[in-house]
Amino acid sequence: MITNIIIVKDLVKKFGSFVANDHLTFEVRKGEIFGFLGANGAGKTTAIRILCGLSFPTSGELSVAGYNVYTQREKIKQNIGYMSQKFSLYDDLTIFENIRFYAAIYGLSRKDIDNRAEILMKKLNLEDARNKLIRDIPLGWKQKLAFSVAIIHDPKIVFLDEPTGGVDPITRRQFWDMIYEAARNGITVFVTTHYMDEAEYCDRVSIMVDGRIAALDTPVALREKYQARNMNEVFLKLARAQTKEVA
Amino acid sequence: MKRFWGFVVKEFLHIFRDYRTLLILFGMPAVQLILFGFVITNEIKDARFAVLDLSKDETTRQITEKITSSGYFRLDRNLNTYHEIEAAFREGDIRLVVVFEPDFARRLEKERAAHVQLIGDASDPNTANILVNYATGILNNYLLSLNAEAIPLQIIPEARMMYNQELKGVFMFVPGLMAMLLMLISALMTSLSITREKELGTMELLLASPLRPMQIVVGKVFPYVFLAFINACIIILLGWAVFGVPVRGSIALLLFESFLFISMALSLGILISCITNSQQLAMMISLVALMLPTILLSGFIFPVENMPVILQWLCHIMPPMYFITVIKSIMLKGNGLFFIWKETLILIGFTLFFILLSVKKFKIRLA
Repeated sequence: MITNIIIVKDLVKKFGSFVANDHLTFEVRKGEIFGFLGANGAGKTTAIRILCGLSFPTSGELSVAGYNVYTQREKIKQNIGYMSQKFSLYDDLTIFENIRFYAAIYGLSRKDIDNRAEILMKKLNLEDARNKLIRDIPLGWKQKLAFSVAIIHDPKIVFLDEPTGGVDPITRRQFWDMIYEAARNGITVFVTTHYMDEAEYCDRVSIMVDGRIAALDTPVALREKYQARNMNEVFLKLARAQTKEVA
Repeated sequence: MKRFWGFVVKEFLHIFRDYRTLLILFGMPAVQLILFGFVITNEIKDARFAVLDLSKDETTRQITEKITSSGYFRLDRNLNTYHEIEAAFREGDIRLVVVFEPDFARRLEKERAAHVQLIGDASDPNTANILVNYATGILNNYLLSLNAEAIPLQIIPEARMMYNQELKGVFMFVPGLMAMLLMLISALMTSLSITREKELGTMELLLASPLRPMQIVVGKVFPYVFLAFINACIIILLGWAVFGVPVRGSIALLLFESFLFISMALSLGILISCITNSQQLAMMISLVALMLPTILLSGFIFPVENMPVILQWLCHIMPPMYFITVIKSIMLKGNGLFFIWKETLILIGFTLFFILLSVKKFKIRLA
């Protein structure tokens, strides 16, 4: 049975007279990898911030992990993980201290923190580097560590806001392996990106243009519908159609 | 609560790992105190002066000798004409010129009055003032000794400086320095530490976590309450051990007032970080909007009573002035709460005002 873990109906977010999200309606299914695509400024980050409880919508009905976005923000925050565009780790703390900190603010017990930190460091082959400062480790490691830390408390959903910006292709590939693994373990992944090749890795993608959802389906279905060879072409066709409409 | 402590531990790690800043924070009170205490002093010794003696008699010779032997002055040269006065000042070494009119002794004898002119180098007005006062005092003394029998009735004022008998500058600087450093650590450091999280983007993460905004703010502020408190104690201890600045009043009251001032400064720091997004801007605002008034408009260096009325008003809306008044009152006069309740209430008012304002701003930013 398919259950929807995120339900968004008619989400509108205005900043003054500027409409950043114009009547967004979509659902995210439990356990899927949902790609949230769009050019810079299309309104992706605004939407993701609302879903994470970082900002209030102007209007619309939203439920995340079964909780109401307006009234149950604390419950939502306990059940989601979040990784932002910028690095979310502290440069002047060690690997272990960073893990311990995030585990602690999500309310894990001391024993749990130690256990999970050990498992996590073993998995990432960072056992020898546990006392290294974050500023001294390579970018790729930081990225993987940041993701692992974002799901250390076993959230129901993890929101990734352009997690692979500025990372080399090999690390990106490894990063996506980690995303698959998380999805296999039952964590729903909500990921924004503007790398169109990454869109192919998602179960379903939505493409935002100028604050609206222009298309939403599986990558295969989208390619067929727009008669495109890859997601990049799908995206360009959609973006051009929009520009024509405006002109 | 567990989450909150996890957060506080992280904050302490940030602070201790940045040992350079830590060193500055704890080294600064010592260095400042010693600088202010030893270098900036209003006492004058061996100021050079010149004499233009147009009379050249026994009396003027005696007066010149008196001035020279006072310890405050050293005779640099004798001048012969008025023209030489300006030249002597221009050369820069001479701080005071004493001019005796012609026939000084004879006039003093016959007319019972003679003129002596004291010319100070007022390019440094404070020093000039002090020197002229010293010289006047010496002249008066001499006059008294001359007329000891002639004038039967006289009033001899004997000034005594209460609370700071030796007019030590350090007594002034310790309270001022406390205000300055507590303001610096509390406001500047908290505003920097919050804006740093904003710059790094980690603030988003904290806000997306189950930590409540209030916990974030309090967690940020908590370590600095400690640091500022320790610093206050260091200043008081150093002042007492090195310069003998006493704490005549209750230490508990002193610490309470410091705590109040620290809270006020911390809430100001939060307020600053709510309205800025970069560390640089936060630093600029803290330095210009907080440090300058603390130094200039608080009575720390320049007495409030001597300022133009508008600046006096400005002083009265700045918290440091009240804090300095309170500390001086407790440390030097040994006063209790009864004498400073008004200032204390004003400080509490400021603290509440800034806390409310910053909590409100922080909430607005969230929505």
